[in-house]
Amino acid sequence: MCLAIPAKVIKIDELNAQVELGGLIRQASIMLVPDINIGDYVLLHAGFAIQKIDEQEATETLSLLSQLTIDDNQ
Amino acid sequence: MKLVDEFRDSAIAKRLASKLQARKTAAVNLMEVCGTHTVAIFKHGIRQILPQSVKLISGPGCPVCVTPNNDIDNAITLVQDTSVILTTFGDMMKVPGTSSSFQYEKAAGADIRVVYSVLDALQMARDNPDRKVVFLGVGFETTTPTIAAAILEAQRLKLNNFFLFPAHKVVPPAMRALLSSDDVKIDGFICPGHVSAIIGSKPYEFIAKEYGIPCVIAGFEPLDIMLAIDMLLDQIASGKSQIEIQYRRAVSAEGNVVALGILNRVFEVTDAYWRGIGEIPGTGLKLRAEYRKFDAKDVFGIESGYDTEKESCQCGDILRGILDPPSCSFFGKACTPEHPVGPCMVSSEGSCAAWYLYQ
Ligand code: SF4
Repeated sequence: MCLAIPAKVIKIDELNAQVELGGLIRQASIMLVPDINIGDYVLLHAGFAIQKIDEQEATETLSLLSQLTIDDNQ
Repeated sequence: MKLVDEFRDSAIAKRLASKLQARKTAAVNLMEVCGTHTVAIFKHGIRQILPQSVKLISGPGCPVCVTPNNDIDNAITLVQDTSVILTTFGDMMKVPGTSSSFQYEKAAGADIRVVYSVLDALQMARDNPDRKVVFLGVGFETTTPTIAAAILEAQRLKLNNFFLFPAHKVVPPAMRALLSSDDVKIDGFICPGHVSAIIGSKPYEFIAKEYGIPCVIAGFEPLDIMLAIDMLLDQIASGKSQIEIQYRRAVSAEGNVVALGILNRVFEVTDAYWRGIGEIPGTGLKLRAEYRKFDAKDVFGIESGYDTEKESCQCGDILRGILDPPSCSFFGKACTPEHPVGPCMVSSEGSCAAWYLYQ
């Protein structure tokens, strides 16, 4: 029940946004993340964007992952 | 899909799996609290790649499973009034109450409708001014801010035919309750990523400080979960107990401050019954006085939920991580997802259903 899916904000109209996920367009309330901008990624849960996704942190986790596994193979 | 596929990279997954497999660890029990993690762990075969000594146990984090059957019974009583439309999330439909389920009642003619979002229920109330729309709200902190936002919206729109049947639960104090009973030895927690996207990492600090148990807040893709397990094993190996965040792209120390503000404006903490487990202090949410007019329990005069579980079902012990589903004598025989005896077999995130489908 706590599933939330990354979606890209493509249009904002006051507290409603259009988001795109896997080619599908959905409506999402942005009441819980009022400060987001077009182009941001959010976590979509039950019709709401519940948190902004920090892409910088995503990149850092990915490089940690490759680092961690490369180090081990040496 | 961006921000999903990268965290499923099979080359990295293979290398991380061999790293995990090669780890020498004393026998440890790691509990994944969240049902969404339980499903992801089974789906991606993560149990199979861990060393024998590392055991994953599922916790109480399936909101559907822990909704007391008395709440389901009461909601069913509500729809006997034909002016009422009962709405809820799809996962609740098949859950057995004491003697019936929403699915059964719907087939018998009751007006029960599945919604994807609480906003759909709100819209239904606007579209049907002569009906009373009741939303049965289940879920943890991931979901509760969305319900709180809908209540504010109902207030703004001056709706007088939209009601909430609150059956929400709060996660961290339930973890304290698990730890205070000595039923099961837990050496580390995989903490729920999306609950934490809202509440942040701070509410778990007592687990490390008071109980000396390491916690890692994890995302839901296979690389997220594997990395989180690796981080937990690192903490255990070095004798540390900290709250670490693996799922940094969505979780901060403070969480979503706006969402928490809305949540706390609308709800206050109360005690709650957990199906199969019993009452846990401070784990429920009720509407604050100024929003009580939206409370279906108040408006329709319903007693608060308590639990009257069939003694034969072992869900209570399974939700606390004491038993694995196959230890229940009904598992896979009298109890299957088509004919569930208990809630853990109904919800796609229930431990019994996950074992049945993937094991
Ligand atoms: S297998 Fe069925 S009866 Fe046994 S604990 Fe799970 S849900 Fe309950």
